[in-house]
Amino acid sequence: MNSLSLYEKLWQAHVVREEPDGTALIYIDRHLVHEVTSPQAFEGLRIAGRPLWRRDSILATADHNTPTTNQTVIADPVSRLQVSTLDQNCKDYRITEFPMGDRRQGIVHVIGPEQGATLPGMTVVCGDSHTSTHGAFAALAMGIGTSEVEHVLATQTLLARKSKTMQVLVEGTLSLGVTAKDVALAIIGHIGTAGGTGHAIEFAGSAIRGLSMEGRMTLCNMAIEAGARAGMVAVDDTTLRYLEGRPFAPHGAQWDAAVAYWRTLHSDEGAHFDRVVTLDASRIEPLVTWGTSPEMVTTVNGRVPDPAAEPDPTRREGMQRALRYMALQPGMPITDIAIDKVFIGSCTNSRIEDLRAAAAVVRGRKVAANVKLALVVPGSGLVKAAAEAEGLDKIFVEAGFEWRNPGCSMCLGMNDDRLSPGERCASTSNRNFEGRQGAGSRTHLVSPQMAAAAAVTGHFSDVRAFLN
Amino acid sequence: MKAFTTLDGLVVPVDRSNVDTDAIIPKQFLKSIRRTGFGPNLFDAWRYLDEGQPEQDNSRRSLNPDFVLNQPRYQGAQVLLARENFGCGSSREHAPWALDDYGIRALVAPSFADIFYNNCFKNGVLPIVLPADVVDGLFRDVAANPGYRLHIDLSAQTVTTPSGASHGFSVDEFRKYCLLNGLDEIGLTLRHSDEIRAYEARRARSEPWIFGGAA
Repeated sequence: MNSLSLYEKLWQAHVVREEPDGTALIYIDRHLVHEVTSPQAFEGLRIAGRPLWRRDSILATADHNTPTTNQTVIADPVSRLQVSTLDQNCKDYRITEFPMGDRRQGIVHVIGPEQGATLPGMTVVCGDSHTSTHGAFAALAMGIGTSEVEHVLATQTLLARKSKTMQVLVEGTLSLGVTAKDVALAIIGHIGTAGGTGHAIEFAGSAIRGLSMEGRMTLCNMAIEAGARAGMVAVDDTTLRYLEGRPFAPHGAQWDAAVAYWRTLHSDEGAHFDRVVTLDASRIEPLVTWGTSPEMVTTVNGRVPDPAAEPDPTRREGMQRALRYMALQPGMPITDIAIDKVFIGSCTNSRIEDLRAAAAVVRGRKVAANVKLALVVPGSGLVKAAAEAEGLDKIFVEAGFEWRNPGCSMCLGMNDDRLSPGERCASTSNRNFEGRQGAGSRTHLVSPQMAAAAAVTGHFSDVRAFLN
Repeated sequence: MKAFTTLDGLVVPVDRSNVDTDAIIPKQFLKSIRRTGFGPNLFDAWRYLDEGQPEQDNSRRSLNPDFVLNQPRYQGAQVLLARENFGCGSSREHAPWALDDYGIRALVAPSFADIFYNNCFKNGVLPIVLPADVVDGLFRDVAANPGYRLHIDLSAQTVTTPSGASHGFSVDEFRKYCLLNGLDEIGLTLRHSDEIRAYEARRARSEPWIFGGAA
C-alpha cells in the first residue's frame, strides 16, 4: 500500500517528464499575472518570437502600483507605465485582465480564489512569493521569478525538483481573539524564517480544519515567511462550500466530477513527511513581531527580548541590529510600544472575514489621538462591495479610519501609501523587513483585530480585553 | 543566458543573516519594465545615506562609508560572501538582476532562500552552498586579507582559497549543464512540446474544468 502525502499526489499529477537527475517538467494549470514581475517576461517572449502557450490559463490584474485613493489615474509616471504595459500586454495576447477600475480588480492572491480561478488539484504560479496563498485549496501553488513567468507563458511548464515535505500539525482549539495570523506567526517563531526552506508544508490538525478558507489562505500565504515555497491544506467541506458557484469554478455535471476527484486531495493515512512539527492550538496567544524578520515575534503580553541572552553570535548581532532599527529597548513590555500608523490590508489579511474581525473591535470606538493614519484597504473591489453592504465601511470611517480602494498598498508601498522614516506601524501584512513599508519604516506584524485594538488604544493591546 | 564556467574573483563579505530581497533591491526600483540597470541600486538603503528613487543620477548621492560595498578594498568584487537564508522574502528577479548588473557572478553562503536560489541560475549567477563553519572561516580570512579572492570551478564543483584549500559544493546536474553552456531553458523545454501537448490532452479528458476560462 503506497501512502502518499497531498504534496506527492499534486506533484505526480503534474509531471510531464523527468530528467535523470530528478529535474522535472511540471505542467502549470493556472498562471496569475500582475504588473511588476511580468513586463520583462512578455518582452522576452516577443524578442524570441514565441507565442503564448495557453491563454485561458492566465488571469491578470494590476495590484502593486494601484493608488488606493483615486483609482482613475496614477500620478507617478514610472508606476503608470508599468500598469499600462500590463494592460497593453493583456490586450496584445488577449489575456483576461481585471484592470484598474474593474470592480473585480484587486490583489492577485485575493481575486484568484474569489473568482474560483484557484481550484483544488491545480498547479498555480505567479511572479509573486505569496502565491503560496492558493495552497489553501489543496493546490500546489508557488511563487516564481520573471524568467519562470516567461517559461510558463511560452511552455505552460516549469522546471522544478520535488521538494521535501513538512507537516505542521496544529491540534486543539484556538482561543477567542487568536486567529490564523497568530498561528502563522507562532509557526514561524517556532521553526524560523528558514525552517521551511526546501520543503512544501502541509498544514493539518483539528485547528486547521476549524479554520475558514480566509483563515487557511492567511496561513498558507505566510508559508513563504517560514521559507517554504508552497503551503497547503487538504480539501474538505469548507473548501467545497467556498468554491461552489464561483465564476471560474466548474458547474453542473463537471462540478460533481470535480468534487469526486477533489475529495481524494488529502494526505493518505501513514503518508511520510520528512519533518513533522506539532503545535498546541490552545497555547497560541495573540502575537506581535518586535524585529525585522517575521521570526522575531512574541506574545502581546510579552517583552522585547534581550540580545545578551542569545548565545549564537550571528543571531545576537541580528537581534541587536533589529532593536536599533526598531528603536526598542530589551525588556520593554510589548504593550508599551506606541504606534504612528495602522494598516489593515494585504494579501495576508484583506478578505471579508479580516475586515469583519477588525470592525468588531473598532465598532463604537475611536482611533487614538497619537495615531496619525489608520488605513483599511480591502483586498478586492468585490471584498470592498461586500463590506460596504454590511456597513463595515461606516464603522471604520466613524472611528477615524480611512476606507480605501483595493491593492497591495502599504504592505510594500509601491504606490503612495508608505510610512515616513522612523514611523511605527501596526500592520496586518506579512513582512517586517527593514524599509519594507517605506525607507526607515518600522513594521510590527499583527492580526486584523490586534491592529484594530492598537488603533483605538494607540499602542499594542491584548485584543482579548475587547472581546470578553 | 550567460554561461558560467570558472571565476577567479575578489570577495566582498556581507555579514548579516536573513538578508531579504527588499534589502537587495528596494521596491521603488521594481517599477522598471526593464531587466538591466539595477546595479547602482543594489543594497540601496544600506549603500547610500539618502533614499533612492528610480531613474535618479546615483553618482551624485552620498555613499554610506560604513557599508562594506563602499570600502575601497572591495571595489570590483565578483563574489559575494553571505550568511544563512540569503535572498529570503519576495520572488523579485530584480534581486539577481541587481547583483549581476553590479558585477557579482557568484554567491557563497551556508543557505539561500528557495526562490532566490532558483532565480540566480536563470541569470548566470552561481549560488554556492558551503557548510556554516567553512563560511565562517572564509569571513575571517576575507577580513584578515585585503584583496582576498576565491577561485570557483563549476565543472569541478570546487571553491578554492588562495592558500589552496578546496571545498566541494553540490549543484543539480541539469542546472549545471544549462549554466556551463549558457543554455536557453525555454528553447530546451520547447523541444518537448509534443510531450506537453500529450499531457495536456490527457488532463483535458480527466479534468476538463481546468481548461477554458470563466463560465
